[in-house]
Amino acid sequence: MREFGYRKASDVAGAVALLDSDPDARYLAGGTNLVDLMKTGVERPGRLVDVRGLPLDRVEPTPAGGLRIGATVTNSDLAAHPLVRTRYPVLAQAVLAGASGQLRNMATVGGNLLQRTRCAYFADTTGACNKRAPGSGCPAVRGENRNHAVLGASAHCVAVHPSDMAVALAALDGMVHYETAQGPGELPLGWLYLPVADTPHRETALPPGALITGVTLPPAPVATRSRYRKVRERASYAFAVGSVGAALDVRDGVVREVRLAFGAVASRPWRARAAERILTGAPADTESFAAAADAELAAARPLSHNGFKVTLMRNLTVAVLSELAEEAAR
Amino acid sequence: MTTTEAPLARVRAVGTGHVRVEGRDKVTGAARYAGEIPFAELAHGWLVLSTVARGRIRDVEADAVLAMPGVLAVLDHRNAPPLKTDYIGLLGTAPDPTCAVFQNDHVPHLGWPVALVVAETSEQAREAAEALVVHYEQAPHDVGFTGDHPDAHPSDGHMPAVTDKGDLEAELAASAVVVDATYTTPEEHHHPMEPHAATARWEADRLEVVDSNQGATWVVAELANLFSLDPASVRVRSEHVGGGFGSKGVRAHQVAAVMASRMIGRPVRVVLTRRQMFTLAGHRSPTIQRVRLGADTDGRLRALDHRSLSRTSTVHEFVEPSAGVARVMYDADAHHTENRVVPLDVPSPTWMRAPGEAPGSFALEAALDELAHRCGIDPIELRLRNEPDRGPVSGLPFAGRNLRACFEEGARRFGWDRRDPRPGVRREGRWLLGTGTAAASFGAGAAPSTASITAEADGRFTVRIAAADIGTGARTALTLVAADALDVPPDRVQVRLGDSAFGFAMIAGGSMGTRSWSWAVMAAAGELRDRLVPGAAIPAEGITVRSDTTAAIGALAQKERHSFGAQFAEVAVDTATGEVRVRHMLGVFAAGRIVNPLTARGQFTGGMIWGISMALHEEAARDAAFGGPVGADLAGYHVATHADVSRVEAHWVADDDPDDPVGIKGIGEIGIVGAAAAVANAVWHATGVRHRSLPIRPDRVLTGGRDA
Repeated sequence: MREFGYRKASDVAGAVALLDSDPDARYLAGGTNLVDLMKTGVERPGRLVDVRGLPLDRVEPTPAGGLRIGATVTNSDLAAHPLVRTRYPVLAQAVLAGASGQLRNMATVGGNLLQRTRCAYFADTTGACNKRAPGSGCPAVRGENRNHAVLGASAHCVAVHPSDMAVALAALDGMVHYETAQGPGELPLGWLYLPVADTPHRETALPPGALITGVTLPPAPVATRSRYRKVRERASYAFAVGSVGAALDVRDGVVREVRLAFGAVASRPWRARAAERILTGAPADTESFAAAADAELAAARPLSHNGFKVTLMRNLTVAVLSELAEEAAR
Repeated sequence: MTTTEAPLARVRAVGTGHVRVEGRDKVTGAARYAGEIPFAELAHGWLVLSTVARGRIRDVEADAVLAMPGVLAVLDHRNAPPLKTDYIGLLGTAPDPTCAVFQNDHVPHLGWPVALVVAETSEQAREAAEALVVHYEQAPHDVGFTGDHPDAHPSDGHMPAVTDKGDLEAELAASAVVVDATYTTPEEHHHPMEPHAATARWEADRLEVVDSNQGATWVVAELANLFSLDPASVRVRSEHVGGGFGSKGVRAHQVAAVMASRMIGRPVRVVLTRRQMFTLAGHRSPTIQRVRLGADTDGRLRALDHRSLSRTSTVHEFVEPSAGVARVMYDADAHHTENRVVPLDVPSPTWMRAPGEAPGSFALEAALDELAHRCGIDPIELRLRNEPDRGPVSGLPFAGRNLRACFEEGARRFGWDRRDPRPGVRREGRWLLGTGTAAASFGAGAAPSTASITAEADGRFTVRIAAADIGTGARTALTLVAADALDVPPDRVQVRLGDSAFGFAMIAGGSMGTRSWSWAVMAAAGELRDRLVPGAAIPAEGITVRSDTTAAIGALAQKERHSFGAQFAEVAVDTATGEVRVRHMLGVFAAGRIVNPLTARGQFTGGMIWGISMALHEEAARDAAFGGPVGADLAGYHVATHADVSRVEAHWVADDDPDDPVGIKGIGEIGIVGAAAAVANAVWHATGVRHRSLPIRPDRVLTGGRDA
């Protein structure tokens, strides 16, 4: 293991200054992903700037009726927060679907957004991976790709983003706030993750040295009826094979508003905008839900072992939306 | 100094629940494991593993890492001492060359040990090991495990490769009902909580190794052979072991530590990482099994054919004898079983909990379930109709075969009589529900062991035996056995184990440990009680007797000796998402006298939970292109979590073995046998779709049993 320097930051400006846009330095929050990657040699930072103690650990209502979530709020605290549970149940459910109790006590909102893919080829430093070692190739394209992407991938990388939380935040139009030495900035969650293209090693649109300080959720009355369903290869403590975050507002049997996002199908949380367009104003029935899922999944490009994901996402979408519609009708 | 007491009538310890005698030490951290026992002047070794699947080592750039901070030595095939490998070990085979490290430049699989870097700290050793540049001359590799591989051949392993009686094709042709199906199980790994770890120290020509293993005297014998040493000059200690499951014999890390310690003249510790364990700790081979059953309309078997193919490395032939279970379970007029193996460019497999029986029972018991459905006979009734009187292949009498009692008790507890046999007709919300059953058996044996017991002057007794408590509760079980044999309360008995200095003893393996050790303890206790004169003083040094059970065990009559069990499972399946949940597991076992019900229940349920894992989760992937493991960690290799395990019950029926001094048969492995089949049979009952390949993953359920 490479020896590294360690400094603990006490305020946001200090953290940004300590990191100093140094490509050899990393922010350390909960460490639930970064420390693992340091042990396996995927990450070999020369310096760590510990930001877990920064005063960004609050969840507060915004005047507009949304929520402002600090970057160092733990996953556990986020999922347990009364306003999250009542206004955005999909977010609480997504967070609780991830990891284990112990990990959620450590993991933070900022770190969760920036966690790396769990693609097994990315984790194996003895082999090729375009994300870890640009230009070395992608063995997953023709290898063990059962859990890899069916949407938005490229020939250079087929890894999926592992976060459950980010799927809910994508459905909720989250706005990501960050700080740099040049001042603060913000990015819609949908723009935070860059397209894969031929640069899978460039994962986010954050400027160099940027520190995520929080996420703002706009008000979303539709989200009071929302759900996150995650399918994985065991009942707990596994990354998704496929997941759906959805919110649905139905009046008189017609979809007035819908939010739909997919997890574990792409290099980023996948907002299903094509499906949302078809559903809005359509009858809230199985046929509409299936047609919407099919429209979204028409762009799917399955690999040798993950064709089932198209079926799974279609079934999951229909199941979750049907559940929400039945609840609305009760 | 006290006097011995006259025996009093007391509650027997054996058969009543006792918490582990070392439990408090373990949960408070006071119990030290091999990798954390302090040594003065300790240096740390880190193994470097090959990154190619086949070839030769052209060069090792050792000089560059020797200049790194703290690095003391680099050991590879150019400077390693020669080892002796042409011997037959305790388990009847030559050593796996994987553990005879650095003997040549040959690389037979990815993850093969090519060097050891030794440094002052573990971190320095790891950094240098990861920086070490090794040049290879790469050769094409073959890791493709297929049923028709041209290099497949019958292989004996620890049982004959082939058994054969009757005219198979004629009986199949004459059968009213024939099941002919192929079942597959994937590469599976045993990863104890405690990774493999060893520290070696030389004192002149005496070697001491502190280790985590399943048999201290076994490891002594192997190291003495490999290094051409007098076994009396080697001592191995292994006081606490955090799990073994078959993986903890002699492995590359102990041998490398012994070599390095001699080279630098200091104690050297080598610990394996999880990732290294995927290629160095052994594993269970994948299997491809074809089962053909031919029966009359009443379900009576006319033909039974079970053929299994497993995979081994090119350096060591280990066969996973999955067809062996049919030799015990069911008779037929024509009966054929066959274990074949194909060598590929992969790591050597090894014994993993219930080797042979675990995958073999999946195929055979699933095929029986298919036959029951085809014949329209209840699956339990079908099995009972085919209960053999004698060993189907051996013709020998059974030393107890209480399978019927297991099924009857299990059916009563599980509510089997309420079962509707039709598949795919029970729904609860999004879940389809089903139940399944399967039979289980595992060999019940005993092997020679020695033990000593000292009557101490203070009225206590000390048992010394080179047994291994690999988490099973063996230390506690032996305490109870000794207490009863000495007719004293358990708190007056101290059992010391895990030290080869105590003399030869059986390993913790083959479900034979507790029985073999108990026998030796009983023998010593009997003789000690004869020596103790009631009312007489005990000298300060105590009175010690030693036992050796070689003759007694050698005199055992030839019989079919096995434990039996009946497994039941209830599952829920969502065919829209592919999710399978096991709602209830129930096992009833006839497994000899149960020494400590508390830890025995843990052994049984632990095996059953492993069966859930085997049915639904466990699978090691291997990349065909580079030949190595994919996802070689416990995030990538899934085992059942708490959320996958709801209600699990283990029960047992009276089954004392009359040929054993305590009545023990052994319970280490039978819990997993049949468990995966019961789950798979329940999945069929829930959905009407037969899954013949494990694990039953969401994608397989979604695609209706055809691989995605």
